Amino acid sequence: MALSASSLKVGDSRSEVVAHELSRTQIVQYAGASGDYNPLHSDEVYVTKVAGFPSVFAHGMLTMGLTGRLLTDWAGDGRLLSYGVRFEKQVWPGDTLTATATVESIEDGDDGKVASISVVTVNEAGDRVLSGTARARLDP
Amino acid sequence: MSEWSFPVEAGHIMMFARSVGDPNPVYYDEEAAKRTEVGGIVAPPTFIQASAQFNPSYFLRPKIGERWFGSGKDPSGSGAPAPESSGESGGGRGGGGGGVGLHAEQHFEYHRPIRPGDVLTPTNKEGKTWEREGRSGHLQFSETITEWHDAEGNLVVTARGVGVRTTGPAPKN
Repeated sequence: MALSASSLKVGDSRSEVVAHELSRTQIVQYAGASGDYNPLHSDEVYVTKVAGFPSVFAHGMLTMGLTGRLLTDWAGDGRLLSYGVRFEKQVWPGDTLTATATVESIEDGDDGKVASISVVTVNEAGDRVLSGTARARLDP
Repeated sequence: MSEWSFPVEAGHIMMFARSVGDPNPVYYDEEAAKRTEVGGIVAPPTFIQASAQFNPSYFLRPKIGERWFGSGKDPSGSGAPAPESSGESGGGRGGGGGGVGLHAEQHFEYHRPIRPGDVLTPTNKEGKTWEREGRSGHLQFSETITEWHDAEGNLVVTARGVGVRTTGPAPKN
């Protein structure tokens, strides 16, 4: 379902839990699918004894992918024109992530109305792990 | 022209969508996808990152017959040095030398959806580099821009990644 400009206004917002107690296995699953096998994300021995982190942590791109679900669920399949993020904090196993998207503006684009959307993802402590923006093509 | 390309396969899209926790049938069910606006299976928004699978020189994939820096008998495995960057954009590598490399930003511009059967070829563009002082030490940023074209030469996705390397101690957050 695509969004229509007539039913959307600036300030409209939508939230979704995009990871519930993120598992090490899901991080490994992302490594396998994406091809990024950096042991920082899958190798507890390496990451604690060599790299000096408290545990493995998620790929930033996993958090971006998890958050992307909120955008495509809301804007519709194939509706995104852009999606960009800044990784603000690491995501650890056990984290529960909630993503929130908010309409910042609705403007005329080359191909109809375009919504500019801000997006932020927080962990269960309320700390921002990701923030970014997206643009989505709207129906009239 | 690039010496490699990314052949997009339906099974790969399905596995990728599962890994980012997205049950949308448009990523795996051809019949359901036909009834949607896009008319067939498409890839999730960050799927181009999985092009790393097809990059012959991608440095964060163990290579057959080569030493790997993860743990084995010892915590640092075979003693191979860690690569210099955590890998930002699928087509290239960012980051300077030494310290811990992390992914700071990622941006995509979508020109059309990616579909199974696409064969996408990367073109890397020179990005910016900059430095600043952060809480965890001196930070070096570097940008990688990759344009992905289909077999007909049409631009499909533009990816811009920013890597950061800290030359101070690893963050303990």
